[in-house]
This record gives sequence, C-alpha cells and structure tokens, in this order.
Amino acid sequence: MLFFSHFLQTSRGEFDSSEFEVRRRYQDFLWLKGRLEEAHPTLIIPPLPEKFIVKGMVERFNDDFIETRRKALHKFLNRIADHPTLTFNEDFKVFLTAQAWELSSHKKQGPGLLSRMGQTVRAVASSMRGVKNRPEEFVDMNNFIETFNQKINLIDKISQRIYKEEREYFEEMKEYGPIHILWSASEEDLVDSLKGVAGCIDKCCKATEKRMFGLSETLLPVVHEYVLYSETLMLTEEIGKLEDKVECANNALKADWERWKQNMQNEIKSAFTDMAEENISYYEQCLATWESFLTSQTDLHLEETSEDKS
Amino acid sequence: MEGARSEPERQLQPAPLEPLGGLDAEQDAAVGEEAEGDLEEGSEDRKMTENNFSLKKIEISVSEAEKRSGRNAVNMQETYTAYLVETRSVEHIDGQSVLTDSLWRRYSEFELLRSYLLVYYPHVVVPPLPEKRAEFVWHKLSADNMDPDFVERRRIGLENFLLRVASHPILCRDKIFYLFLTQESNWKETVNETGFQLKADSRLKALNATFRVKNPDKRFTELKHYSDELQSVISHLLRVRARVADRLYGVYKVHGNYGRVFSEWSAIEKEMGDGLQSAGHHMDVYASSIDDILEDEEHYADQLKEYLFYAEALRAVCRKHELMQYDLEMAAQDLASKKQQCEELATGTVRTFSLKGMTTKLFGQETPEQKEARIKVLEEQINEGEQQLKSKNLEGREFVKNAWADIERFKEQKNRDLKEALISYAVMQISMCKKGIQVWTNAKECFSKM
Repeated sequence: MLFFSHFLQTSRGEFDSSEFEVRRRYQDFLWLKGRLEEAHPTLIIPPLPEKFIVKGMVERFNDDFIETRRKALHKFLNRIADHPTLTFNEDFKVFLTAQAWELSSHKKQGPGLLSRMGQTVRAVASSMRGVKNRPEEFVDMNNFIETFNQKINLIDKISQRIYKEEREYFEEMKEYGPIHILWSASEEDLVDSLKGVAGCIDKCCKATEKRMFGLSETLLPVVHEYVLYSETLMLTEEIGKLEDKVECANNALKADWERWKQNMQNEIKSAFTDMAEENISYYEQCLATWESFLTSQTDLHLEETSEDKS
Repeated sequence: MEGARSEPERQLQPAPLEPLGGLDAEQDAAVGEEAEGDLEEGSEDRKMTENNFSLKKIEISVSEAEKRSGRNAVNMQETYTAYLVETRSVEHIDGQSVLTDSLWRRYSEFELLRSYLLVYYPHVVVPPLPEKRAEFVWHKLSADNMDPDFVERRRIGLENFLLRVASHPILCRDKIFYLFLTQESNWKETVNETGFQLKADSRLKALNATFRVKNPDKRFTELKHYSDELQSVISHLLRVRARVADRLYGVYKVHGNYGRVFSEWSAIEKEMGDGLQSAGHHMDVYASSIDDILEDEEHYADQLKEYLFYAEALRAVCRKHELMQYDLEMAAQDLASKKQQCEELATGTVRTFSLKGMTTKLFGQETPEQKEARIKVLEEQINEGEQQLKSKNLEGREFVKNAWADIERFKEQKNRDLKEALISYAVMQISMCKKGIQVWTNAKECFSKM
C-alpha cells in the first residue's frame, strides 16, 4: 500500500487555504483520470504511469520503480494544472485538497452534470462509428496519430535499448580499469603509464554512468509518457469522427489537439536536445581525461630524453 | 648445439652450414642492418650492434597476402594463404631502395624458421609469431582464418616478426634466416638438413628438469614468475577489452535505429520534419563510425598479444637454463658417487650399496687384480667426468651470461613498446571522443532547430 504525498501551493482564489498537503494512493489517481475523461471526453487527458512493471521494459529506468512512478504522477498532476480547462475541474480540486475521508465520501457521489453529458457524447460517438465524409482535418489527425503511435513506440524501444547497452558497457568498463592496476604491480617501469590508463578508464566509466543517468531522467520518461499519450489519442480520436453533430465538442478537441501537438514538439525537441547535450558532455569529459594522460606521458618522455642527453 | 668456442666473447653460433657458394662475408654484411618498415616504434632506435661488416641497409616487408590452393603432404586439396616477403637493399649514398629479393612464404614456413631459431639460440628471447588462429575476438569480428581483416592483421604481424629478427643483434646473422629471405626453393629442405629437430630438447626432459633442479639461478626463477604473471594479466586484459568492444559496438549501432525512425516520422511532421530528418542522418553517421574505431583498436590488441606470446619465449629461455642446470647437477652427482665408489674400493670399506658388493658377499671376494681393474676404470671415468663437469659448468655460465644480456635487451624493448602502445591507445580514445563531440554537436543543432 503506497501513499503519495502532495504538497500543493496555490495562489488561486477559489482554494480555502494557500497550502495543502495530502496523501493519495494510485487508485485515487485512476479515479481522477476516469472522472476527467468522463467530464471532458473531447479533451486529451494526460496519461498515468502503468500500474505494474511492464514486462520487457528496461529495469524500470533507474532501478527505482517507486521513484519513477512518483515523478510520472507528479507530471500528470502538473499537466492537468497547466491545462486551461482541466485546471478548473472540481474533482481535480477535491483530489488536491481533501483529506482521505473527504475524498472517499466525494467519490461515492454519483457522476456530475458534465460527465452525464459526456456519456451522451460517447454514446453518440459509438453510433457514428465508420461514418464517411469525415472532415479533412480529422483525417489528417487520424493519420498523424496512427503514424505517431508507431514511431513513438519504436523510439521508446530504441531508447530503452540504448540505456540497456550503455549499462552493459558500464558494467564491463568497471572491470577494465582495475586490470591495468594489477598489471602495474609487476612492471616497475610502466607503473605511471598503466596507472594513468587505469585512471582514465575509471573517469570515463563514471562519465558513462552520468550519461546513463541523464538518459533515464530526461529522454526515457518523456518518450514513454508520449507512448502512453498516443494510446490515449487512439481512443480520443474516435470522438473526432463526430462531424458537426456535436460541433462545440469538435472545436474543443481541435483546440486541444493543437495545444497538445505544440507541447509534444517542444517536449520531444527538448528531450532530444538534452540527450545530445549529455552525449557531448560525456565525450568532452573523456577527451579531457585522455588528453591530460597523453600530455603527462609525452612530458615525461621529453624529460627522460633530456636526462639521457645531459 | 655447439658449446662456447675458444674466444669467449664470440656468441653461440649455430651448427655450421657448409657455405653455399661464395656467400660468407657478403651475406653477413647484407643482413642485420637497420630494418625499416611498419614497426610502430621509431626505427631510429635500431642501431647496428657488434657488426664489423660494411654498412648496407636492408628493408624487409611482407607486402601482400594471396589465397592459394594446392595439394598438401597427404595429397589432399587445401587452401592456404601465401605471403610475399620482399627485401630491399638501400644504397647508402642516395637512399634509394632496390628490390633485391622477393618470394612467397606460408605461415608454416615462418613457424619452421622460428622452431629452428629456438633450437639454435636457446639463450635468446626469440620473437613470437602472430597468432595462428584468431583469439580474444569480440563477437562481430570474424574468427575465420580466411577473413580478409584477419589475414591483413596477420600480414602485419609476420612483417613485425621478420623485422624483430632482423634487428636482433644475434639472430640477424643467422644463415637460415638469410636464406628464408632470399631462397624460395628448397629452403625447407635446407632447414631440415641442419638436423635441428634432433637437437631440440624433449619436452618431457625439460619438464623433468623443471621439477627436479635444485639450484637454479634465482633470477631465472623470478623471470619465470614474471612471465606467468605477464601472460595471465595480458590474457585477462584482452578478454575484458573484447567484451568492452562488444558493448561499445552495441551502443553505437542501436543509435543507428533512430536514423530510420526519425526519417519515417519526419514525413508526418511539418515543423519538426527537417530537424528530425537531419538529426537522423547524424545518428547514422554515429552508428557507422564505430567500425573504424574498433578496427584501430584491434591493432592495439595485436601489440598486446605480441607480448602475451613473448611470455612463452621468456619461459623457453628459463626452461633451457633449468635443463642445463639439472644436467650439471646430475653430472656432479654422478661424479661424486663414482669418486665415493672408488674410495670405498681402495680402502675396502663399503658404505654404499652396490650390486658388486652384494655379489661379492654372496659369491665371494673378488681378486686383487679384478679390484685393480675396477678402480682403474672408475678413475678413468672420474677423469672424464671431471672434464665434462668443467665444460658443462663453463657452458652453463656462458649461457646464463648471454641469456641475461638478451633478457635485459628484451626488457628495455618491452618497456619502450608497451609504453608506446598505451600512448597510442590514448590517442585512439582521443580521436573517438573528438568524433563523438562532432557528431552530437551536429545532432544537437538539428534537434534544436526542430
């Protein structure tokens, strides 16, 4: 049984107080998501992290499933808070501020007006399935979502594979450096060189670890979140097929879609740029350490030859 | 193997070959000069030593490798690789080199040459050959002997072997080595005619000596330990290096998958499309850069492997010392026992068991004449034994002196070579890092333009 503590600071007027700290279980998050989906069927609701460890997924990013999940849940809430519409949702407010017993009793209440409307919309949508002559924009959206889903899944797999390979490289590197130290024990004249190489390998090893960590902090969670998002989208776009039966719903979706796409581009761009930066930094660190070793060796050599001459 | 000649400063010579025509001094002059070629270590360090002959330089190279097929000793069809060994004479005046000899040799002939050198120069740390079969391979590298990359690396290794022999102050003067470079036909027969296989110490004898020798020179015992350690640590290093290479390959290649996916994704993206596409291209560049990087590293691994195999050459010298020492100890023991026998016979006291003593007790005393005869025989044997012991002692000391001189030479060579190898490894790493920085900087630019 896990509780996530939330500390909420707000400056918005409708809250009674300006600071709240509450505890929530994963189930509560699920409930919240469900409510939001019911209430706003035409909006793109942020995804939740998986309930269980997904088989095949790389060692839960950085070996700390709880921590990873916590971060993802944190992101989930922030996304809702940032959303122009969702942020004012009643259930969201309750989720953030109510004590445990208050939340339980709130949950027991029946679905609100908005969600009743949402149910109607959904019913209409399913009856409209397979309708021809959809507006072009929704055809575009449809295509985009399908391709995006494919690609983001592939990128997710590739990224996780990279993490795995980097990790295995790291494990081997850990063993590589010390052998040189061992060797230096039987080579009087090569002690400096061997220890130097060992030192460089160790530093590169640490740099690899840092790079791995960076990957797991920035790229992997973002990409994975968009995998989950794309699954959400595959469902939401059903609503898009409604044509002008529920015109205002379409417009809301369109606006949200644009907003989502813009966000996605920014976040993906940012995540990959960070990854590139991590790699640059990694290679720069390694370069510095090997260059300093080389300098020390060639300086030594110059000293030796000048000694020979004198 | 001939013992030390009367002039003690002369190094141990092989069994004399009947001079083939008018070879002699000219040969000696042509061989063993500054050997150039693809040696990583600066060839300016190769000085001519102990050579009173004229200063003609030669260059040796193993310049080509060719697949051949033919029939082998049991008349079966086989494919093998032949290597072109070229020798050039460099005229001192203008530095121009003229091709003087060019012939094809297979790996087995190199092996024969080395076996011969091992027998005739047991006090020399004989340079090793490159490996017969690819070992310590990381999985993408082929372990196939016919693989062109392996053949290429072996070609370099064989050239290195010849250069090492040619620059060795003692080995360079060997006639069989000279003929290896100059006489294609019948060279094998010539080597076999030296009868070197017969002169080789049996492995069993050597093993026996190792276990039973009582007073080997401490330095050789230490050297043996050192060579065991060297072998063990380099093996370990090569194994781990191969695994590291494998993993590194994986990291780089997986990034290549981004290339394809980005390209497909860019098709649906308006603003992000260009950035994605070009970033993808850089990911491809990154992924393919690892092939060259690891190929370079193989050369580094080969440098380490040479010293891995040198460990065995060191052990061979130690074994020879143990054998000679054991021989000496046995001879001394034998002499001592004969002296004792003689003494007992003369004085009539019997302290040691002997068959003769037993039979005497059983069947009666021997006559004084018989006794005299036996004493005389023993005295002769003792005399002979003392002579032998003297010469064995001399041999042994000569061997130790010469071997140790070569070991010192070897140590300096090893320190130089390994230090340079480590430096070259650093240079490789630096190059790899610089490439990485460039690729990722380009990629970052593309990403930020998305």
